Amino acid sequence: MAEAVTALGGVAADDGIARITEGGLQGMITLRGDLANTSIKNAATGVAAVDMPAQGKANCVEDRGIAWMSPDEVLVLCPYEAVDANLAKMHATLGETFALAVDVSDARAVFLVEGAQAREVMAKLAPVDLSPEAFTPGMFRRTRLAQVPAAFWMRDATTFQIVCFRSHAAYVFDLLRTAAAPGSAVDFFTE
Amino acid sequence: MLTLTCPCCGVTAEETEFHAGGEAHLTRFGPGSGDEEFEGYLFMRENPKGVHFERWRHVYGCGKWFHAARCTMTLEVFGTYPAQTLAPPPDLLDTIAAKRPGWSRKDLA
Repeated sequence: MAEAVTALGGVAADDGIARITEGGLQGMITLRGDLANTSIKNAATGVAAVDMPAQGKANCVEDRGIAWMSPDEVLVLCPYEAVDANLAKMHATLGETFALAVDVSDARAVFLVEGAQAREVMAKLAPVDLSPEAFTPGMFRRTRLAQVPAAFWMRDATTFQIVCFRSHAAYVFDLLRTAAAPGSAVDFFTE
Repeated sequence: MLTLTCPCCGVTAEETEFHAGGEAHLTRFGPGSGDEEFEGYLFMRENPKGVHFERWRHVYGCGKWFHAARCTMTLEVFGTYPAQTLAPPPDLLDTIAAKRPGWSRKDLA
């Protein structure tokens, strides 16, 4: 089998006001169905080993986690190598339940924005209230970054993790780099 | 700029995260209807100055369709409600009636 690579080969830029890095290969499984259904909940929690998140939240531990995407969709994160096994496990748990579980790992790209100004870099690109009171670690938001769809959450108080379509990876990286250009700090959130 | 709250995922965002879907609560005239009814269904739209009901889609978010009631003149959003309905909810109509005395749904002309 061909060697799996990330969209941009793990590029990084840390000359700006925040460090931008392309994340490594991340296993992602889209699970759609009635999220109140026990088999569907078990399928997600069984492979991610975290609790089911509430609406608009994500529970993530290292490279495992569950993110709430919409009223009938969650994104299950797991190690890239474990996707096939986890998918089989999920299908076994789901049984005859009306649901959809698909490996989308290779359709996505992951970026990390780190640093004290990370909030500001994100706020320049997304139409989201990113003040420290309004957006906190644990929250998950699907939105747009300039002209493309993306989703992000905070790993900790100064780190954002972004998920976008793989075909948009170069655009998103350039975008983040521009938003984090040296000397472009507005200090809106850090009085 | 409009600030809408998606009733499906609870996110409040400005209009660029959404996509407008035109007038809400149209009655569909399909096979078996007359030419005039079908033409009306396809092309005839209200263009009110004031209260208007629209369909919107949370295109960059949860992807769901919903309804919104807003004022076309002031861009005030009276409220949003789920798409699975044929008419605006009564409490929303009460809210609008309180804010726009004398307004009624049929009174669009």
